[in-house]
Amino acid sequence: MTTARRGSGQLFVAAYVVLLIAFGVIPTGYAVYFAFTDAGDNFAGLSNFVQAATDFRYFAAVGHVALYLVCWLVSLVVFVVGLALLLHRLTADAAGKALRFLYYIPGALAGAASVMVWLFLLDPAVSPVSGLLRVAGFDTFGQVVAPGNLPVLFTLIAFWTGAGGWIVVMYGALNNISPDLLEAARIDGAGPWQTAWRIQIPLLRKWIVYMVILAFAGGTQLFVEPQLLSQASVGVAGRDYSLNQLSYDFAFQNNNVNTAAAISVELLLVGLVVAGVFVARSGFFDAD
Amino acid sequence: MTGQVRAAGVRRLALGVVAVLAAVTACGNGGSAGGAQGGFQPVPQTGGKITVWVDSTRLPAAQLYQKQHPAVQLDVVTYDGDANGSNYLQTKVGLFNRTRSGWPDVVFSSQNNETAWAVPAGFTAPLNKGQVPDATLSGWTAGANDPCTVDGTLYCLRNDLAQTVLWYDASLMQSWGYQVPKTWEEYQALGERVAAEHPGYLVGAAGDSFAPEIYLWASKCGANEITGPKQVKVNTTSPECTRMAALLDTLVKNKTMSTGSVFSSDFAKNAADKILMLPGPSWFGGSVFQESLKTPAGRIAVAPLPQWAGDPAPSVGNVGGGTWLLSAHSANLKDATDFLTWVTTSDEYQGKVAPGYPAYAAAAKTWLAKQSSGKYYANDVATPLQVAASQVWRGWGYGQFSQEAIWAATITPGLTAGKSIVSMLPEWQTAITNYAQSNGYEVTR
Repeated sequence: MTTARRGSGQLFVAAYVVLLIAFGVIPTGYAVYFAFTDAGDNFAGLSNFVQAATDFRYFAAVGHVALYLVCWLVSLVVFVVGLALLLHRLTADAAGKALRFLYYIPGALAGAASVMVWLFLLDPAVSPVSGLLRVAGFDTFGQVVAPGNLPVLFTLIAFWTGAGGWIVVMYGALNNISPDLLEAARIDGAGPWQTAWRIQIPLLRKWIVYMVILAFAGGTQLFVEPQLLSQASVGVAGRDYSLNQLSYDFAFQNNNVNTAAAISVELLLVGLVVAGVFVARSGFFDAD
Repeated sequence: MTGQVRAAGVRRLALGVVAVLAAVTACGNGGSAGGAQGGFQPVPQTGGKITVWVDSTRLPAAQLYQKQHPAVQLDVVTYDGDANGSNYLQTKVGLFNRTRSGWPDVVFSSQNNETAWAVPAGFTAPLNKGQVPDATLSGWTAGANDPCTVDGTLYCLRNDLAQTVLWYDASLMQSWGYQVPKTWEEYQALGERVAAEHPGYLVGAAGDSFAPEIYLWASKCGANEITGPKQVKVNTTSPECTRMAALLDTLVKNKTMSTGSVFSSDFAKNAADKILMLPGPSWFGGSVFQESLKTPAGRIAVAPLPQWAGDPAPSVGNVGGGTWLLSAHSANLKDATDFLTWVTTSDEYQGKVAPGYPAYAAAAKTWLAKQSSGKYYANDVATPLQVAASQVWRGWGYGQFSQEAIWAATITPGLTAGKSIVSMLPEWQTAITNYAQSNGYEVTR
């Protein structure tokens, strides 16, 4: 490598590193500092963590987020992989191109905007699919946003907003599988199911792990969906539903930034540990 | 990489992290701002521009003031006015307290409980310690500034009142030959008659988050008695609470009490022409009947809220009514106080422009005269509204935690699912207790 090329490479990396430090490392360090101090900047040990855990909303929020994660991750893996495989089979014709475009559209909407779209969809008084809602037994918005329905609603919203991009990623990964390999499987008598199950999905494994890691970290930070739904339902649904909302409440309702930071640090730790386990067990960084 | 090199790298990384944390520590010693409850110490008065935060409804107030006072430099900023308990103001003040700059000089808020956090956060300046003359302060309707008073010191001024009255459709009442109920017992009996004789018509709505403020507050239910700066008495199962909850349950069951929100598109579509009676605050006339439901002129009338038979002390509830706060950090207290006084007391704004019933009594008279001359209502609204203004039951406090949010999260979903309110009263008690304690309140029964 020439010195000039090495220099420009370092410049690019340096820009990234500066941004990472400014908007990733320093805020994280700040949060960790807050989590272990009190309002007077004195070392507080684990008291902020204890205060968070003894709040009456804490374990309810943990349960809500856990249930949501199960619904969200399972539906994400099953449907994203399934739809990507379907897309890959249809790739030759115009339907494939149309579908690729269709899958990508929701992801192009900003998070809050797509949640707003769902708020209209879910209100039988104004929804374009109010017929479907009424058939399902929902006559009012209040019935739709009943607490028991929330994990499914948040999963629907998150899937609709987030899955399209992943389908496109998986589709790209499927395109990277050598056509010779698929051809050989076909000659050996493998049908579409066997090809998908024994060849394509195993080769997608790293991408699936990558998706699960990011979706898990994103899912633990559930905030926009319940917060907007709470605003729209004037508090009937989800005001302190998730851990991030609880953290927000501590910071801006109770003026207790330290306990809020403690919850954020816990979410960071959980995300890191789960990512570590997945990476270690899947051989994510192993060279092909 | 050798072990030695790796160890050196780890040490460098550790030192880097420590350096970052040290830098952060140096910058981050904001903590919570000191309270200003004691002797108020104004910041150096340098004068200059005053910053005023208003919601879009109060924007005409600031514009009118600017027009009448061209010499005052005014920077008007619109925000959500903390509508629906958004806590925007508290969030921003929390951040301003950390950065030690940026506070607005005067703020309008649609929430009555702002002093619960704004006083301990040191944001609000006291108003009855020489800032605003006592002669001016005595012009407010009795009890109007209760939400603004902490330990005898006044920290905000009430913009408008939201006393509850009984709105009713005068033409339906007359054509069906019904009498306007004077007691809650008569109200319930009429509800039962309507269910039998005119099914589909409504005598009230309990689906909004402010249902407890309309019904249970008026019934003197002690769910929210703030007894000290951080003390609250909560008893949701007293006879005062259960009698009103049972009334609501009866009417919900016979479908004359809606469980929908009066502001939902569903309600506007399906219930707009089905309202016989609707207990609600003074602003229901303009906001609900005129704007949302588009009820034609000449139909809606106002009566005093029903009372429980034999109760010698009439009581009504309250739903909102905004407040104006003066910043303790203002460097131009003279202009800021002048604006605050003008905006809350002036006849030109409060009496003639403001949409809500003015808390300042003299302006309220002008406002009521304007309502009467508008020919929208079927009777004279002045007397019932004026009488109700001083009947707001004082046993319901203005704590830091939102009663509306607690009711919405605890009772409304159960109501939607078909549970009775009476059966959920203990659950409501637990929820209020939990939220109060998590906000640092000592709770007694």
